Amino acid sequence: MTTFLGMPATAPRGVGHLRGDQPFPRAAHDALGNSQLRRNLRHATTTIRGKSGRVIAELPDWQRLRDAGSAIKADVMSRLPDLLVQLESRVTEAGGVVHWAADANEANRIVTDLVRQTGSERVIKVKSMATQEIGLNEALEDGGITPVETDLAELIVQLGDDKPSHILVPAIHRNRSEIREIFLRAMPGVDPFLSDDPPALAAAARRYLRETFLSTSVAVSGANFAIAETGTLGVVESEGNGRMCLTLPDTLITVMGIEKVLPTWRDLEVFLQLLPRASTGERMNPYTTMWTGVTPGDGPQNFHLVLLDNGRSAVLADTVGRQALHCIRCSACLNVCPVYERTGGHAYGSVYPGPIGAVLSPQLTGIEDNASLPYASSLCGACFDACPVKIDIPSMLVHLRNKAPHSPAERAAMAAAAYTMSRPRLYASAQRAVKMARIAGRRGRGLPPPLSGWTAGRDLPEFPKQTFRDWWAQR
Amino acid sequence: MRIAFFATCLADTLFPEAAKATVRLLERLGHEVVFPFEQTCCGQMHINTGYQREALPLVKRYAQTFDRYEVIVVPSGSCAGSIRHQHTMVASSYGDAGLAARSESVAARTYELSELLIDVLKVEDVGAYYPHRVTYHPTCHSLRMIRVGDKPLRLLRQVRGLDLVELPAAEQCCGFGGTFALKNAETSTAMLADKMTNIVSTGADVCTAGDTSCLMHIGGGLSRLRTGVRTVHLAEILASTESS
Repeated sequence: MTTFLGMPATAPRGVGHLRGDQPFPRAAHDALGNSQLRRNLRHATTTIRGKSGRVIAELPDWQRLRDAGSAIKADVMSRLPDLLVQLESRVTEAGGVVHWAADANEANRIVTDLVRQTGSERVIKVKSMATQEIGLNEALEDGGITPVETDLAELIVQLGDDKPSHILVPAIHRNRSEIREIFLRAMPGVDPFLSDDPPALAAAARRYLRETFLSTSVAVSGANFAIAETGTLGVVESEGNGRMCLTLPDTLITVMGIEKVLPTWRDLEVFLQLLPRASTGERMNPYTTMWTGVTPGDGPQNFHLVLLDNGRSAVLADTVGRQALHCIRCSACLNVCPVYERTGGHAYGSVYPGPIGAVLSPQLTGIEDNASLPYASSLCGACFDACPVKIDIPSMLVHLRNKAPHSPAERAAMAAAAYTMSRPRLYASAQRAVKMARIAGRRGRGLPPPLSGWTAGRDLPEFPKQTFRDWWAQR
Repeated sequence: MRIAFFATCLADTLFPEAAKATVRLLERLGHEVVFPFEQTCCGQMHINTGYQREALPLVKRYAQTFDRYEVIVVPSGSCAGSIRHQHTMVASSYGDAGLAARSESVAARTYELSELLIDVLKVEDVGAYYPHRVTYHPTCHSLRMIRVGDKPLRLLRQVRGLDLVELPAAEQCCGFGGTFALKNAETSTAMLADKMTNIVSTGADVCTAGDTSCLMHIGGGLSRLRTGVRTVHLAEILASTESS
């Protein structure tokens, strides 16, 4: 006998950052008009694309690495429950405590309670997408705990009371003079004569953070990987601030999406090659920190792992859509996306922007809450080619569009078009009727929406006097 | 060779010159072209806008119309991409196993124009003459869906009188994307603006590509800004001769 438990739940509303305030086209409107943002994005994405392309070209087996990464992830998804249970036992054996969080609310409550139990009123944070997703900082603040982001870009975002706009470079939308202003306004103890020279800005952040590292006893991190066979967690980073958080405090709390688990230690061989080259365009990231439970006398003496679902089981239930869970958060798809390059990340509403966000966010929240995102793509396919684990994002976008709610007017128009095109004689008459549009307006200005979107920036073609099939019939 | 011609709804209706040029070119090369009148549209607009169920009759119609031909040519990388990468999926989701098998079999015999010329007919020099400065935009679906690679460029390099100039950032999307250009018109226009800047920077008087859809988009922008640059389908260039 089996018990039907119902479909897995999607991420709850009212908590976290998976939903925007407005649909993508409207949010994009503001971003497109921001010339500073456009310039920053163009410069940053072009630079990363070039760097990444060069180091990827060095590896003769890049395509085979991608195949391997894709195969390992597909294997993980096919036996995720077993791997998570294995991970739980290994972490527990190694002295860690594992918590299961069904959604953002539960994860926030678990972390807040754990911090409270330590008596600390402040936590230092390693850059983490999962904690941004669930809105952990807001939850901690509500609980009287001050979270301090230690990744430089996340710190800029936090001090600026802002939202991240890129997975890897959260402050990609800010330039140095804006960063200087944010630091002067919000960084405790900052030098009032701070210049906007990048090394000076980095030094100011370093001074501030160093004091915080040495005086805070609890850290919160995410994880890039968790190895089921050994119970080892891993974080890769560039700055070393993560290493500080992962080694200095007494207590470490890691919040990890359940899809991050890998079966064996050996699988790291593949991902530690794929991730830095696709992500920052480095051959190897400067800092790789791995830890297994608790080591007496070395590093944090209390380790908690919070396994976060928050809609992931619902994504897993869709055999096409589940590929979105293969993502290793490298952001290569953002950097090659012509839409992202022009709108930036905030237009997507969710903390997961760009092509991967357009397929992940609507699945985590349920398509009704992010219905405009699968359409935020021209289906150009650059993301698929760039993805180090070969996620077929264009096919998933098409799949999600097929599940998205449609307006009655659009549905009627599409049904009428399909009806006409299914009947060659009716179709031929409709084609001839198109010629009438020549009378309606030669250049087509003054057409109703959505056609007015076209004619706002483009002329309509000259309508031909004769269709091809009429020409063929007369030959 | 007997070649069945799928004109595509867009070329048939709005860009008949591209379709006529495909016919003239293949006939000049000594092949027989047939145009089955039952054909309409491949259904890509429906599939890519989220209407797979509505696209089913179009997928079925394509398979039924072209199943009896050995070789089918489409003057569009995008429609060829939809036929080869989406038809079987729609057929198996909303149709039946028989239709899915048929769609898969017809898709395998469907070629984009540059693929047909180079891979099937084994010709690079089609004997064309086109005395213009031309830049080539590789459309996204021809490049990343059906992977035509440099085949269109190889054909263009053999055209007499043609001055081929390289397009900067050629592989970036022009911003068309079907209904994307309507649903996200402003983002689409921003992408188009950069594509036009690159085209104009080449000094070309003609921008060519293998898709009338992307050319309609690019051409619509170039015309609106009175750049003086025209868009011409690849087939029209390849069909041109000294006498035409």
